[in-house]
Amino acid sequence: MKVTAMRLLNITKVGLMAIARNKMRSLLTMLGIIIGVACVITMVAVGTGASSSIQATINSLGSNFIMVFPGAAMSGGMRSFTGESKLTPEDALAIKAECPAVAYVSPGARTNAQIVAGEQNWGTQVWGVDVDWPFIRAWNVADGDFFTDVDVRSSAKVAVLGSTVAENLFPNGDAGGSTIRIKHVPFKVVGVLERKGGNMMGQDQDDQIIAPYTTVMKQLMGSPRINMVYVSARSADQVGQAQIEIEALLRQRHRLGPGQESDFNMRSQEEIASTSAQTSRTLSILLGSAAAISLLVGGIGIMNIMLVSVTERTREIGVRLAIGAKGRHVLLQFLLEAIALSVVGGGIGVALGLLIPHLVTRFAGMPTQVSTGSVLLAFGFAAAIGVFFGFYPARKASRLDPIDALRYE
Amino acid sequence: MSAPQNAAPVIEIRDLTKVYRMGDVEVHALKGVSLTVEQGDFVAIMGPSGSGKSTLMNIIGCLDRPTAGTYRLDGIDVSRLDRDDRAEIRNAKIGFVFQSFNLLARTRATENVELPLLYGNLGLTAPERAKRSRDALARVGLAGREDHYPSQLSGGQQQRVAIARALVTDPAILLADEPTGNLDSRTSEEVIGIFQELNDAGKTVVLITHEPDIAAHARRVVYVRDGLIWRDERIVQMRAKHPDAAAGEPVAFPFPIAAPEEVVR
Ligand SMILES: Nc1ncnc2c1ncn2[C@@H]1O[C@H](COP(=O)(O)OP(=O)(O)OP(=O)(O)O)[C@@H](O)[C@H]1O
Ligand SMILES: [Mg+2]
Repeated sequence: MKVTAMRLLNITKVGLMAIARNKMRSLLTMLGIIIGVACVITMVAVGTGASSSIQATINSLGSNFIMVFPGAAMSGGMRSFTGESKLTPEDALAIKAECPAVAYVSPGARTNAQIVAGEQNWGTQVWGVDVDWPFIRAWNVADGDFFTDVDVRSSAKVAVLGSTVAENLFPNGDAGGSTIRIKHVPFKVVGVLERKGGNMMGQDQDDQIIAPYTTVMKQLMGSPRINMVYVSARSADQVGQAQIEIEALLRQRHRLGPGQESDFNMRSQEEIASTSAQTSRTLSILLGSAAAISLLVGGIGIMNIMLVSVTERTREIGVRLAIGAKGRHVLLQFLLEAIALSVVGGGIGVALGLLIPHLVTRFAGMPTQVSTGSVLLAFGFAAAIGVFFGFYPARKASRLDPIDALRYE
Repeated sequence: MSAPQNAAPVIEIRDLTKVYRMGDVEVHALKGVSLTVEQGDFVAIMGPSGSGKSTLMNIIGCLDRPTAGTYRLDGIDVSRLDRDDRAEIRNAKIGFVFQSFNLLARTRATENVELPLLYGNLGLTAPERAKRSRDALARVGLAGREDHYPSQLSGGQQQRVAIARALVTDPAILLADEPTGNLDSRTSEEVIGIFQELNDAGKTVVLITHEPDIAAHARRVVYVRDGLIWRDERIVQMRAKHPDAAAGEPVAFPFPIAAPEEVVR
């Protein structure tokens, strides 16, 4: 056993010597593996970074979140609603009153408006919602308070600003208690929301104003319809049940017969998550196959150079056989050379794969996250490529006839 | 003589034939060769080009297998061994020296000499291997050149490294196919002198040569012609340290015969 281990060590030494002898050629041969491994690690890092920021955004929507939209069910993930909304604030109130699996409900009525505060001017979205909204979105007021039930019932002209809006209208930070004009209607600022950042689509969620839906609909919109209903189920387990209850209730309220298509649709946080997971999975598969192809090309490069090496060193093989090397010694020697090439290449690739995501984050501002799994996978794959593509040339070398090999010119 | 009279022969070949098939053509390279080489002997094989010398040598060296006939090497029947077993025999019992040195380029002299030890079953540690390698190089007069690369050595020195490599496993026989074929006459003398010293120390040597001066250093000359052993004769030793050398006549080629050995069948 000791002898075998020692002999293995000797043969490894022989293989490494051959690589060191042809440094430039070895480096060029390793290029495919280097690029492939660096690619795999970088791609996975960028992908993981993107999907974890998507996940963070989804989580920021609030737990057990369900959105009810006007219009028929989506096709292929795209909302194709263009007609008039059939959803009303009463639908929202009915859901709250009659669906046991539902905890919080808020209508959502949106309008775009120009906002004026003193000298400052800012165009943004105004969302009219109910008092449940902060619970549904898991979104707290950082400065001041959210408006109250009384404000909603009395259609009070009060508003809560997203932090981007607050910064733009009140560069000095004195938003609380001041008055702004939304479409010339004066609103009192009662609070500023805590910062939430961009959503999945990259939109700034802090660039909006929240006000009582009653006020928004009466003062700013002039339509009895709302853009959506925010719902929060009692627990994650009850999201499905809540959707069934809402579906039944709204169909009944909208007087839809058994064969008729719904004039609304729903998406739960879970569905949103799985859609975006699907997207990032597709992306990963695409990038992964690009990396796999470059690893494959790298492997073929190794096979090619090993075949050249076997031919070049035919006499050397002959000498080794003549002095007592067995076929498997020669096989092992060339296999180890191929593996050494791919492992050294893989090592350089790993180093680059650790460096590049860092640079991507630094200079392109994209979130990246290098995973140990991808490093091990890429490295292991590189080594496996060495074995796979090194085997054929090595076997060819090991099967040479010693006399023919010695006579080779 | 260093070989005891009663020891088993190192090489015992009976009715050996070798046929090469190239498509429809059959080349009868050996047509029934029988040869016995005692331990401690020094045999020079001579003969015209294409007569089958290298073919015979390759079979003796277990690089090749005979088509028919038997071959016992150091008491073991090796004529029917498989590839791996022959590799083991080559490693343990045979030291090869080639016409074209066949050293590994960009590999130091010691490392070249160590090479057979890497494949052997001796289980030596690295320092033990290095010591053996240094000793072998010292025996061929290359002490101090251990770390030289082949490109830094003359042809004669390279061939001496090759002899050291053949010696390092302490094989039963040293085989050399035209070891001086690529060397000038002065260097040839130097190299054949080493074979002679090794033989004086008891090593069995079989070499192929075209040069009578080289063959004159052997104890016995086997003349091969057309795949058969044509003549097999003991020659007078010119060596000063041999008592019969003084008595012998100056070497007059082809074969100054001292005691004609019976040609085996
Ligand atoms: N691999 C082979 N295939 C076919 N024929 C071969 C092969 N090797 C040798 N021969 C033939 O066998 C015969 C003997 O060849 P061998 O090499 O033994 O001659 P040799 O005595 O060593 O000649 P030289 O003095 O030129 O080295 C020759 O006719 C040669 O052509
Ligand atoms: Mg020959």
